[in-house]
Amino acid sequence: MSWTAEEIMTVAAARALAGRTSCFVGIGLPSMAANLARRLHAPDLVLVYESGAIGAKPTRLPLSIGDGELAETADAVVSVPEMFNYWLQPGRIDVGFLSAAQVDRFGNLNTTVIGADYRHPEVRLPGAGGAPEIAASCKETILVVRQGTHTFVDRVDFVTSMGYGTGPGDRARLGLTGRGPVLVITELGVLEPDPRTCELTLTRLHPGVAPDTVRKATGWPLAIADDLAETPAPTGEELTVLRDLVERSAPR
Amino acid sequence: MAELLGLAEAVSSLVHDGDTVALEGFTHLIPVAAGHEIIRQGRRDLTLIRMTPDIVYDQMIGAGCARKLVFGWGGNPGVGSLHRLRDAVERDWPAPLELDEHSHAGMANRYAAGASGLPFAVLRGYSGTDLVGHTTTLAPITCPFTGEVLTAVPAINPDVAIIHAQRADRHGNVQLWGLTGVQKEAVLAASRSLVTVEEIVDALPGVPGAIVLPSWVVTAVAVVPGGARPSYAQGFYDRDNAYYRSWDAVSRDRDSFQRWLAGL
Repeated sequence: MSWTAEEIMTVAAARALAGRTSCFVGIGLPSMAANLARRLHAPDLVLVYESGAIGAKPTRLPLSIGDGELAETADAVVSVPEMFNYWLQPGRIDVGFLSAAQVDRFGNLNTTVIGADYRHPEVRLPGAGGAPEIAASCKETILVVRQGTHTFVDRVDFVTSMGYGTGPGDRARLGLTGRGPVLVITELGVLEPDPRTCELTLTRLHPGVAPDTVRKATGWPLAIADDLAETPAPTGEELTVLRDLVERSAPR
Repeated sequence: MAELLGLAEAVSSLVHDGDTVALEGFTHLIPVAAGHEIIRQGRRDLTLIRMTPDIVYDQMIGAGCARKLVFGWGGNPGVGSLHRLRDAVERDWPAPLELDEHSHAGMANRYAAGASGLPFAVLRGYSGTDLVGHTTTLAPITCPFTGEVLTAVPAINPDVAIIHAQRADRHGNVQLWGLTGVQKEAVLAASRSLVTVEEIVDALPGVPGAIVLPSWVVTAVAVVPGGARPSYAQGFYDRDNAYYRSWDAVSRDRDSFQRWLAGL
């Protein structure tokens, strides 16, 4: 079987949810991956959508984080102040999924502006939303970003959400309680923070991808792990279930 | 006690040029019809507040109602940018738009402080982000008990809060359920409030988990069936996802937006 860039990212992200109890889910690919995981190896995974749905079990992929089916299938529905203050802030959620327009070598994320001038940006992006506190307070975060030199930059134009800041020690110094980004999943492979330097390092390649391809798609001199591994190819079951989910969720 | 008014009358008596106005609703129960009435009545120089500005704020900004936006995330959920918002920020069209930018957690806490009658709220947030250098309405604060450095954000107390709810009774007691976002906090934080509802009933039936806003904390109620479309009202109608997708093309250029505006 062959697969698309989006499919390999989604499958890799879904696999990363094995063994987790709860996941703070953003819309788009994170939601697709979390719902795929629930249908495969993580049937009891608690999906938390910041609109207020805790334990949502949608049958179709929602377009927004507040689609009706999320509330109708949830274990509990809470207000937004409660969601952030009682559920996210104390570190109750295992893993947060985040994406961004830019990610830098220390896993910091930008969803605010492209360009050096905040007041007169080249591109005004949607902004922070729930991301800064998800990045700060989930026990761990997983980043899912398409890889290219425009998205994988040496320094983000604006730090909307903290990864490791400027390197080791920054998170602790700033009082961020979560561990930070532990995986960055792209359509080419997987990066992980170096345990010593916190710099994102290529640790896994997706099938058929050469290390040089990833290097060229990275806006800083990319470190590559000595024990570089390969992502096992998506299985027939993973792809079948994913495609069924996408098919069922198509606009009607 | 809340007055039962028509939508046009309610908007003209509650919303004035230069006011600070919050239309709240997190994906669900967005008071879209009230936003359109504000556009039709030509309100100007508003400070618009909303945790998650989406299509209706894109429309109000494009129509020139706003001077300033206080917000946490401005986009068309699952679709992409708000092109009218971008045009205002990137190219000052139709007018420059001042931003007071926060995270959702910060906005939620600002409303909660407003509803609580406190001058500010405290949260563990913003640390290490560049919002710290650009947003003037946040500041570090040291916990007097533990010494931990946290972030303080000032209360939001709008002149007017506008929300949409499933129903009210004849006395103006309001009931809403499903995803209820920060609507309760927004109403309780505001000096005046307008609630548009799907229906008026003789007595509110019990609904598990529903919020009730008693008549005496609401200024006006207006019956506007379908008043949240293209957003949704749980128990009444679903979210019109196709409309959200189609808005992208309408808002992308000024001419097509102005054709839409002329037809409002």
